[in-house]
Amino acid sequence: MSLETGNSGNVPPLEIHDLTVAYRNKPVLWGIDLVAPAGKLIGIVGPNGAGKSTLIKACMGLLPCSSGWVTAFGRPVTQSLNRVGYVPQRESVDWDFPVSVMDVVLMGRYGRIGLFKRPSPEDRRIARECLEQVQMLPFADRQISNLSGGQQQRVFLARALAQESDLYFMDEPFTGVDAATESAIIALLQGLRSRGKTILVVHHDLPTARTYFDWLLLLNMRVVAFGPTEEVFTPELLQKTYGGRLTILSEVAEAVRGQGTLT
Amino acid sequence: MTLIPEFQAHRVFVEPWTTELGSHGLMALVTFLVGATCGLIGNFLILRRMALVGDAISHSVLPGIALAFLITGSRGIGAMVLGAMVAAWLTHGLIELISRHSRLKQDAAIGIAFSTLFAIGVVLIAVFADKVDLDQDCVLNGELPMIPLEPSVRLGGWVLGPPPLLRLVGVLLVSLVLLVVFYKELLITSFDPGLAACLGIRVGMIHHGLMLWLSMVVVASFEAVGAILVIALLILPGATASLVTDRMIPRLAWTTVHAALSAISGMHLSVAMDCSPAGATVVAGAGWFCVVWLFSPTEGLIPRAWRLRRGSVDSRLRSAELSHNSELS
Repeated sequence: MSLETGNSGNVPPLEIHDLTVAYRNKPVLWGIDLVAPAGKLIGIVGPNGAGKSTLIKACMGLLPCSSGWVTAFGRPVTQSLNRVGYVPQRESVDWDFPVSVMDVVLMGRYGRIGLFKRPSPEDRRIARECLEQVQMLPFADRQISNLSGGQQQRVFLARALAQESDLYFMDEPFTGVDAATESAIIALLQGLRSRGKTILVVHHDLPTARTYFDWLLLLNMRVVAFGPTEEVFTPELLQKTYGGRLTILSEVAEAVRGQGTLT
Repeated sequence: MTLIPEFQAHRVFVEPWTTELGSHGLMALVTFLVGATCGLIGNFLILRRMALVGDAISHSVLPGIALAFLITGSRGIGAMVLGAMVAAWLTHGLIELISRHSRLKQDAAIGIAFSTLFAIGVVLIAVFADKVDLDQDCVLNGELPMIPLEPSVRLGGWVLGPPPLLRLVGVLLVSLVLLVVFYKELLITSFDPGLAACLGIRVGMIHHGLMLWLSMVVVASFEAVGAILVIALLILPGATASLVTDRMIPRLAWTTVHAALSAISGMHLSVAMDCSPAGATVVAGAGWFCVVWLFSPTEGLIPRAWRLRRGSVDSRLRSAELSHNSELS
């Protein structure tokens, strides 16, 4: 399935047309139009309040849209949910919840298990494999509150892997994780990409955004730019995205200087 | 006259299990059934941070029941559940309406919605007292002592028990079936509704289903313990179990253990103090909660304080082990 998506570029994994989202009549996203290419690792960057998380929630159908539509693999997202995976922000769940690491990863399989059924041995095998991929298998029986931030993020990632999707939305997977986890996650995402999956990642840190992602979506309520990182990561476009905020500007300058020495 | 009745060990501890089995034993069985049924669903209310919503619904069910009675003129459980459901929905809608269209936060909205509906129920019952055969006192405090007096249902040669007992057994069985069938959906929609929706699970349906189930449980528990004590039995067993274990299935099991302990010790307490068995059950349940809160090996205040005193060494070892593990991974 994944190879098909990777090679036949006819049906884009994600297409957003004229998407507008408002919270209590106050628009958060305006007229978003984009077609995501298959097999790319796509970063979504922009200032706080730019609507990054809102965008992926709206794509997943978790928020009502005022106008526009979103399709995944040529069909409305709600009809192709078994091909779409989601990693919410780590803080969005209660880590005191009475479940083990294994239970959480198995939740990634629930969409495929169907109503009235329990996880099969096959589901458990897949969940163990996914835990192995994020090096969390020894923790399978731990209750989730006993994990560090990085370990919690790995568990979420293993759960996303267990979904076996072709298109992934990840909401700030690098926030509050240790350096080892960050590099483990990025290696994993690159592995997924090389298997033809498309991954959209909300990301906060500009300097690493340039090295981590193939494509970038610069977002500030509207799409400022969307394209290959080397074309989009320019001082002009970044300034347009972040406006005149001084601290950010110096960060951008630094990031762009870094680019100059590398390329 | 003494405030506390004279303590008679034989009457308190032996007779409920021998000569009084038909009344006190039966009452303990009823409170156990209520505690177990409420406790099972209560676990999910706690996990969804809906404990207060449970409180609201258990109160606002009153006008629903009164209206159902006015319209149908019967005390059939079907009409009652329907009325309770409508009231539950109304409460929920009212809470949303107030918290969304005013400056008030959800807790204040809950306070307004359920007390208003509850008061409407009280007024309805008082105004239509001649048409509504609902005793206000019984609605508030339950009619537990009356249950053993009701004629038993007989099937063939078997004496099955009074109708309220059978209804509670039925509701407990239905609850167990719902729990087994929808366990996975209940778990994921409580833990991570966002992911659940993205896996194609109908989060809204599960939520409304849970409300429906709650209405049914509350109505069935109503006649035994009354509106005021239902909330205690919704929350106490699950809350106590959460301090014993950090896994879901054992937690559900401990919930029923707590329900059984509260029912039995509550019954003895009510005999000893010569007081309302429903009230005594809740007091006993709260007592067990305190015992567990203090002494639970993992979460208890005293074992924790003891560990802190004894071993910064232990905790240092533990954190060293943790960091070692994370380096390995």
